[in-house]
Amino acid sequence: MTLLEVTDLTVSFATADGVVRAVRGVSFEVEAGRTLGIVGESGSGKTVLTQTLLGLTPGAEVTGRALFDGADLLALSENEMRNVRGARIAVIFQDPLTSLHPLYRVGWQIAEMIRAHDKSVSKKQATERAVDLLRRVGIPRPEQRVHDYPHQFSGGMRQRAMIAMALALSPRLIIADEPTTALDATVQAQIIDLLLRLQQESGTALIMITHDLGVVADIADDVMVMYAGRAAEKASKRDIFYSPHHPYTKGLLESIPSSSAAGGRLRPIPGSPPSLINLPSGCKFHPRCAYVMDRCLAEEPLLRPVSRDGYHASACWLPAQVAAVADAETAGAFGPEGSVAG
Amino acid sequence: MSTAAADDDVLVRVEHLVKYFPVRAGALIRRTVGQVHAVDDVSLTIPRGKTLGLVGETGSGKSTLARCVAGLIPVTSGRVSFDGRDITGLSHGAMRPVRREIQMIFQDPYSSLNPRRRVGSIIGDPFAIHKTATGAERKRLVQELMERVGLNPEHYNRFPAEFSGGQRQRIGVARALALRPKLIICDEPVSALDVSIQAQVLNLLADLQQDYGLSYLFIAHDLEVVRHVSDSVAVMYLGRIGESGPKEQVYGSPRHPYTVALLSAAPAADPEAAAGRQRIILAGDVPSPIDPPSGCRFHPRCPKARALCGEQEPQLEVKADDPATHLTACHFPVEAGENLAAAGRSELT
Repeated sequence: MTLLEVTDLTVSFATADGVVRAVRGVSFEVEAGRTLGIVGESGSGKTVLTQTLLGLTPGAEVTGRALFDGADLLALSENEMRNVRGARIAVIFQDPLTSLHPLYRVGWQIAEMIRAHDKSVSKKQATERAVDLLRRVGIPRPEQRVHDYPHQFSGGMRQRAMIAMALALSPRLIIADEPTTALDATVQAQIIDLLLRLQQESGTALIMITHDLGVVADIADDVMVMYAGRAAEKASKRDIFYSPHHPYTKGLLESIPSSSAAGGRLRPIPGSPPSLINLPSGCKFHPRCAYVMDRCLAEEPLLRPVSRDGYHASACWLPAQVAAVADAETAGAFGPEGSVAG
Repeated sequence: MSTAAADDDVLVRVEHLVKYFPVRAGALIRRTVGQVHAVDDVSLTIPRGKTLGLVGETGSGKSTLARCVAGLIPVTSGRVSFDGRDITGLSHGAMRPVRREIQMIFQDPYSSLNPRRRVGSIIGDPFAIHKTATGAERKRLVQELMERVGLNPEHYNRFPAEFSGGQRQRIGVARALALRPKLIICDEPVSALDVSIQAQVLNLLADLQQDYGLSYLFIAHDLEVVRHVSDSVAVMYLGRIGESGPKEQVYGSPRHPYTVALLSAAPAADPEAAAGRQRIILAGDVPSPIDPPSGCRFHPRCPKARALCGEQEPQLEVKADDPATHLTACHFPVEAGENLAAAGRSELT
């Protein structure tokens, strides 16, 4: 069942330097109970995309549609949005220290959140629920820790508290924006393990935004790779990792120092991501692309299916079979005449 | 570790290095109420032209160790020898010529460059400080350096804000390279960069090492990055080295339970490896370095801990069947094929 259906979402900001085109026509779906990984580098638009869905980008020019449970999120009033945010769609941010209020006790903040959405819950009941939630996310001695301030928690515990808060109202969808980036490897493993377990228990859908392909390999069912405000490639996790089509996805995978390439030279993507104010012509990736053709300079490719079932889609003019070859050395073998549009 | 390499091949030798920071309390009368045991009895060597990777989590003491090696902070006890010379007790003036040979690259290319100064003058600073070149000569040298690290020499007069994150890290590399040092200490040099840019900087560092015979002390929390760049690796936990040795040994047949857990926790960008892997979830957090646990500092979180571990501190030594360069500080080292995952799961998570 489709829980969230985003169609042709565009977000831009007017700044003193010009219009920043952060998201440029992105469409995707999230199925109930599944995890969508959104991967991209700084400035790819992955965070703006999800914050816009929750009405957290004031002053932005937004077009498109985002159907969640039948209602268009982008058309909701501020009051209606307040009932969705937290209750039906919860968010976990990267830095738990800035998303918890330093002057209020952790338990109070969770209880407050419960009471804000349901006035019939008494303060005592809400605190009891906060204790239960902290226990569920693995905080030791939750009856005592519920009275602690955020600074008394370690980084991993704060992120657990954020997850407890996200779970408080049994949301249908959790958006996690780089939830483990600020954490150490062993703590990151704890948090990912926890998210996976909670998701299995509650059947919540998850959007995992990250720059770390390792996290995606661990947790996602489907993956959307973003570049310069657009979806470059969308596919199942397997297809993204084992038969990527878009040269950017391939480049990202080859940039990671993995055990197989240990000691050898890495194959970085040359150059750096474009300015969102001054985007290049045609395909926005063409200045960095090893497979660039004449057509790429003039026309921007749209997402089109590259697999038989149509589930694997890529925004690239290269023909579909290139995915099977997947090697930079053979790039020269594909002339402009090989560029069949889908 | 030191016994294996002849002295001529060793650039840096750290022996029993200890660094404590006092913890003070009291508003009017400041008194010392405790010590942060940041680095506690650490010995290691960095061979010439090679890279020693240092891994560990927040608070493991890896950055403090780096600062002691660079001579930026005084040590509490122990010795750091550089190029055969003890540099721990040197006066500021005597340290000055040594500083030319040891340079640092920092994590954050945004905060380690002065935003109000032009890039050419930032990179030229080492020449000015050590009075080795002035005027047109300095400009020529700076532009050569910019070219060497992949920056456009015509951008000599630009400000740091006009460069991207990866380019700024190249500026940091150029500055570190200016005086042709023998050792560059890289403290998380790529962790603030995007993956595609990270690979560019890692390749640059590898090229420079080859061309100039540089030694690196490379600190990072990303285990794949450390595996890629290092010749040997030391794993730190709460101020001590838990395991050290050639990277093939430490990554291929780790003996310390913490190393095993750390390696299993690092997400690999490969769904099949991720699905097949037995992830060891360590219970709890890293304890406070103000009051480190008795005995082995890892014992409260260790899936293999027994009574002895809480009582007696294990020594960093060669374990049975390991080569002489592979050292482990553990009473009950992990055997090949042993499964820690079953024992490691806490009842809470």
